[in-house]
Amino acid sequence: MTIQQFIDLTNAKLVTPEVPTDREISCGYTCDLLSWVMAHGAADMAWITVQTHMNVVAVAALMDMAAVIAPEGITFEAEVIEKAQEEGIALLECGETAYSLCGKMIAAGVPAD
Amino acid sequence: MNCAVDLHMHSCLSPCGDELMTPNNLSKMSVLKGLDLIALTDHNTARQLPATAKVCGELGLGLLPGMEITTREEVHLLAYFRTVEEALDFSDFLYPHLPPIPNRPDYFGHQWIMDEEDEIVEEEEKLLISAVDLSIDSLAKEIIGRGGLAIPAHINRGSNSILSALGFIPPFTKFSGLEIARSFPCPPDPSIGKYKHLHSSDAHRLEDILEREEFLPLAAPTPEAFFAYMLS
Repeated sequence: MTIQQFIDLTNAKLVTPEVPTDREISCGYTCDLLSWVMAHGAADMAWITVQTHMNVVAVAALMDMAAVIAPEGITFEAEVIEKAQEEGIALLECGETAYSLCGKMIAAGVPAD
Repeated sequence: MNCAVDLHMHSCLSPCGDELMTPNNLSKMSVLKGLDLIALTDHNTARQLPATAKVCGELGLGLLPGMEITTREEVHLLAYFRTVEEALDFSDFLYPHLPPIPNRPDYFGHQWIMDEEDEIVEEEEKLLISAVDLSIDSLAKEIIGRGGLAIPAHINRGSNSILSALGFIPPFTKFSGLEIARSFPCPPDPSIGKYKHLHSSDAHRLEDILEREEFLPLAAPTPEAFFAYMLS
């Protein structure tokens, strides 16, 4: 699944328009403890988290992730979006819960790891 | 002079604080243990400070006005102020940012506000250990902007610490120091070295208050001298 196909599936809003959406998502993940994600994240991952701190972008960049998704209507702040564009990481905002998004990704064939 | 300090403890206003942690008990126990300067740092409130300041004043014990805030990221952040009035102003600022979740005394414990005679004057009804809806970055800026000190608490603990929640110390956020929990090893985060470190008890019970174990080189056991040290 590409980032664009994820957007089409979930009606998520891409807030980093400069980041290409044809990148392939290798797997999905959800966790809100960044220390845990630093130990368990993977390249090309789509990571769902309620955390929107600047460190989220740093962790995603460190792991070479494809996208970070904020669920439940949570929004990213301008400087976080700017940093994600610099790092080439797609940031998505979505109204659904992490549980619902995971269910849709698994049903569409995105693996857990 | 080297001052014996314990700059992180909770009174019976914190739901998790033991009911025996009254203004008189915690101050007098600190004197018995030989401390020179203590800080009372209840969760998301400063409202036990006025009574505690009166008791400490009578005992000749230094009191640093403080609070322990739970940020939006669920990180515990210590705020210290020079005066009780500044701490109360900040506490009033913070209160609307706490979610309207009522305390359940049977589960979390009572949240008692006392006077200097340890008489209960009010029970705080909103649960004080919830997270406020403000980010750690904006809180640190607000505290420092008000003339206070913003210090991430027990950074090396597994829960409610900046390292567990955010993975590492945010390099672009200005903090005034770091608190390292005494009972856990400190991870080798390279950014830790550029800050002054504090080691306190985080006591929720009288017996957990430190004895003369942690010392700071302060000109006097006062908030002013502590601020001068931390900002030097």
